[in-house]
Amino acid sequence: MSFPLLTATAAVPAIGAIATAAVPAAKRTAAKWLALAFSLVTFALALVIAFRFVPGAKGPYQLTESHAWIRDFGVRYELGVDGIAVALIALTALLIPFVILAGWHDADPLEETAAPDSGSAAGNRRNSWRPTQGFFALILAVEAMVILSFEATDVFLFYIFFEAMLIPMYFLIGGFGDRAHVHGEEQAATQRSYAAVKFLLYNLVGGLIMLAAVIGLYAVTADQLGTGTFSLQQIVEARAAGKLELGTGTERLLFLGFFFAFAVKAPLWPLHTWLPNAMGEATAPVAVLITAVVDKVGTFAMLRFCLQLFPGASRWATPAILVLALISIVYGALLAVGQRDIKRLIAYASISHFGFIILGIFAMTTQGQSGATLYMVNHGISTAALMLVAGFLISRRGSRLIADYGGVQKVAPVLAGTFLVGGLATLSLPGLAPFVSEFLVLVGTFSRYPVIGIIATLGIVLAALYVLVLYQRTMTGPVKAEVRSMPDLRVRELVVVAPLIALLLFLGVYPKPLTDIVNPAVGHTLSVVDKKDPKPAVQVDAVPGGARHGHAAPDQDVEAAK
Amino acid sequence: MENLIALLVAAPLVGAALLLCGGKRLDRTGHLIGSLFAVASFAIGVALFADLLGRGAEDRTLHQYLFSWIQVGGFRADAAFQLDQLSMTFVLLITGVGSLIHIYSIGYMEHDERRRRFFGYLNLFLAAMLLLVLADNYLLLYVGWEGVGLASYLLIGFWQHKPSAATAAKKAFLVNRVGDMGLSIAIMLMFTTFGTFAFGPVLAATGETSEGKLTAIGLMLLLAACGKSAQVPLQSWLGDAMEGPTPVSALIHAATMVTAGVYLITRSGAIFNAAPDAQVAVVAVGAVTLLFGAIVGCAKDDIKKALAGSTMSQIGYMILAAGLGPIGYAFAIMHLVTHGFFKAGLFLGAGSVMHGMNDEVDMRRYGGLRTYMPVTFITFGLGYLAIIGFPGLSGFFSKDKIIEAAFAKGGTEGWILGGAALLGAAITAFYMTRVMLMTFFGEKRWDPDTTHPHESPKVMTIPMIVLAVGSVFAGGLFSVNETFVKWLEPVTSFEHGHSPVSATTVTAATMVVLVLGVGLAWAMYGRRPVPATAPRGSLLTRAARRDLLQDDFNHVVLVRGGEHLTRTLVYLDHSLVDGAVNGTAASMGGLSGRLRKLQSGFVRSYAVQMLGGAAVLIAATLLMRGV
Repeated sequence: MSFPLLTATAAVPAIGAIATAAVPAAKRTAAKWLALAFSLVTFALALVIAFRFVPGAKGPYQLTESHAWIRDFGVRYELGVDGIAVALIALTALLIPFVILAGWHDADPLEETAAPDSGSAAGNRRNSWRPTQGFFALILAVEAMVILSFEATDVFLFYIFFEAMLIPMYFLIGGFGDRAHVHGEEQAATQRSYAAVKFLLYNLVGGLIMLAAVIGLYAVTADQLGTGTFSLQQIVEARAAGKLELGTGTERLLFLGFFFAFAVKAPLWPLHTWLPNAMGEATAPVAVLITAVVDKVGTFAMLRFCLQLFPGASRWATPAILVLALISIVYGALLAVGQRDIKRLIAYASISHFGFIILGIFAMTTQGQSGATLYMVNHGISTAALMLVAGFLISRRGSRLIADYGGVQKVAPVLAGTFLVGGLATLSLPGLAPFVSEFLVLVGTFSRYPVIGIIATLGIVLAALYVLVLYQRTMTGPVKAEVRSMPDLRVRELVVVAPLIALLLFLGVYPKPLTDIVNPAVGHTLSVVDKKDPKPAVQVDAVPGGARHGHAAPDQDVEAAK
Repeated sequence: MENLIALLVAAPLVGAALLLCGGKRLDRTGHLIGSLFAVASFAIGVALFADLLGRGAEDRTLHQYLFSWIQVGGFRADAAFQLDQLSMTFVLLITGVGSLIHIYSIGYMEHDERRRRFFGYLNLFLAAMLLLVLADNYLLLYVGWEGVGLASYLLIGFWQHKPSAATAAKKAFLVNRVGDMGLSIAIMLMFTTFGTFAFGPVLAATGETSEGKLTAIGLMLLLAACGKSAQVPLQSWLGDAMEGPTPVSALIHAATMVTAGVYLITRSGAIFNAAPDAQVAVVAVGAVTLLFGAIVGCAKDDIKKALAGSTMSQIGYMILAAGLGPIGYAFAIMHLVTHGFFKAGLFLGAGSVMHGMNDEVDMRRYGGLRTYMPVTFITFGLGYLAIIGFPGLSGFFSKDKIIEAAFAKGGTEGWILGGAALLGAAITAFYMTRVMLMTFFGEKRWDPDTTHPHESPKVMTIPMIVLAVGSVFAGGLFSVNETFVKWLEPVTSFEHGHSPVSATTVTAATMVVLVLGVGLAWAMYGRRPVPATAPRGSLLTRAARRDLLQDDFNHVVLVRGGEHLTRTLVYLDHSLVDGAVNGTAASMGGLSGRLRKLQSGFVRSYAVQMLGGAAVLIAATLLMRGV
């Protein structure tokens, strides 16, 4: 048996979580370095996965591992990755070290990091227990579960991790809130726990509904195949071979059960309201963890489970989902414009972006789905850049309110510059990675649903509006007295931001490494759903690289439309 | 030779990267590094130009393929360049005028503590603009298109401690994004229609599809052009963009970036030629804007805003010409180049005046400056003569041809367009004479105790002189044997228009309106002293001062309306959507009660719930097995 690479990639952060938690209370710094080391090893393993993975190889999943687990219920410990999963595992493993570095001091005991300008913070704290060890251990625990949910090809196994990651997330949101609060620690604690509970309940309800559907699926397979199974591949193959027939009604019900859980997690309008609370109250690195990493499991699962398990129902639900995604895009952007709190603004921007991702998935075109997958990766990187810089900014001033800033550019030009780049990535400026994915989603949608595609392009104007208004109000104008002594980015902070920006540039100019991995997986998904790309009205024979040779004009032979 | 094309873009891009990431240690040399990279790009441009001239007219298209940028299914975009006569013309204009303005800025920005950054942004602009005109497909063009928008944003807001500058920068970017929507949709339409959006295949296949599709693509391209080139109805940002340092106004908001719309339409000529309805829209936009800009230019007392109105109007001429099809493309580009010379020169002259007048921009506080700044006066004066179309100077040749072509459109349309173009010429003569008189003639309206007007240093005047030489001779040179038209013909194609009025009549008419415009301005601002505070003015004057109420309209409809909408939505999101979801959950499972309970500290009951869930699960699966 070969080395279980997928298990190892998830096991490292899991072990890291335990090890970090076990570090004695006095050795906080050691715990941080330990967590960072584990996250870096995980990243190295994710890179090994990416290099061992052969794009376009036969079979939908590679590096598979399969062991019987709960024999009585047909639950197997079955792991495997396709290109989409590889991309998202790489994203997760990439972001966690930055999350850890950015949150380096977020869980220090308050006495040592007396926050500037916030007189209320030092005083009557209800909760003096802020274990640094716990904070970093929880982050690693989330990482392990997220990676496992990207790897699991057994529906039940996936469900377990999908739900289990709620627990560490809950404690991260509720236990380690943002220290920049206007109304004092007492109220902040209340808001924090409200946000954490809201996060938990929304996702729990989604999860319970999904659980019912998971059980339903098992019942159907047990009924028709003789032995029940949760194996994604077995079910897909059985359906293709005609051995497994879900009735139309059953399929739709099961689809809805799955989709609801993923739509809460993604989140899709109108199930989005937990996200601004959670991202607003959590520390910036945890907010990144939520939107850039954990939420991606929702959209990923739509691609992997909803479409492949229930292709017919997916096609049936497409119109409604497209409309909801469109509402998310426009609505999220409009609400972002109206926010007064920096982090809530970014949260609403994310809702708009998740709308794009879901739009791309359900446009059911190669460009749409590849674009959506790229979008997940790029949104992760760009939001991390923007949110983490926002976090650095907030920690300097002790306020999340946009109105409390002004003229920061003058006193901290590097901070302002990186914030601008993060913002420009968020508004999908060409040359930066998100442009590629956003345009692919738009063109993929447009080629099948022109009207929806056109309305979705409104998103690019609104994105410019909320990003530039945010930048103008915080960074430009006369320097406010409270920011006058604000220090520019420190070395640790630069180490966090610079690689993210470099990556945004690289993937904007050369997205090929990603598209090469993702394209075959998308092809497979579309073949399961039985959808083909619409053909262009006129077949122009653009010989690839026709323009490459000498001075000859590109081949201009024109065939009539088929 | 074609391998040099990428270097054209790479040189200023490297410069920008160095200057923006280099940090303080480059503060002392940043302006030299920036200028060096601009000049290097110009030198490469000249070398390529010499190479093109050495080839036959039909063999002057070079391609350079770099790598496959995006490939997903049938969607394929390459990082590849195409250099032909049209892009070559732009390359020389961009890098030539760009280099001059880099040099001028060494003097103009001498005392600015962020000069290094300024040159970094200028270099970034050059790189993006060159990418725009060198791309061999629409998606790569889009990268340059938004890249220049970014550079423009950064440079308009360069003095961003001024709230007005920051607001103007944001406005420019936003209005441009509306145009960019058009470009996005156009590219998507091309993809669904032709399966590609590379220039070669798309422009060759226009005959294969329906006119309706081409009209749609054409209109979307026009929307994009309106944004970038400040044409009605997306013109409102250009006046505010004058908040940027004056060299920026000269380079980006006069000579190069704002002409990108003309490039786009000319480049897509094959699409417009096959979509007459879209062409009607183009000429309508051009004609309306050329009058709109000219009227606004008459009422402004801020010298830069008067020139901005003029820019809008002159680009209106170019768009009009481009909308006329093969009888107009070459003249649109010719006017674009001559305008690049004289308008850049005029802006640099205005900058030189401001430099000597403590950054005063109000022409009512100028007057009689010709003796204090002779070089500025003469170069500005030559630019002035060029723009009003004084016989023999550049503008005379290029504008005259456009007016002629407008008449040649034929029918009622031809008369309307020709008439509008003639009227525009009259107004141009009026407002430019007004600027000239208020600035350099008449009595001094400035306070001699605080203001000491002086000529600018050589590093600034030499670029002005070079541009003045171009303003004088370029038009004439281009017109000898129709050199310019013949140069462009293989790309843009060319047809002689058949005007109902003879060329001589058009020229004569142009001269008459020129004299009328100048005379009226002389009567109003030359013979009588100019009041130092603006008179109330007629209704039209007051409207024109406010950019013909465009901003007021935007404010009431878009800004206020938008604010109300977002505020309402923020409220509803909290009360209605959140409330409804919570409420539904509550009615379904008493969740709100549990929510309150959990909130009050019974967190650990979650563990119990998990256990309960697991029990349900196990029970359910056992039951299933029993089935």
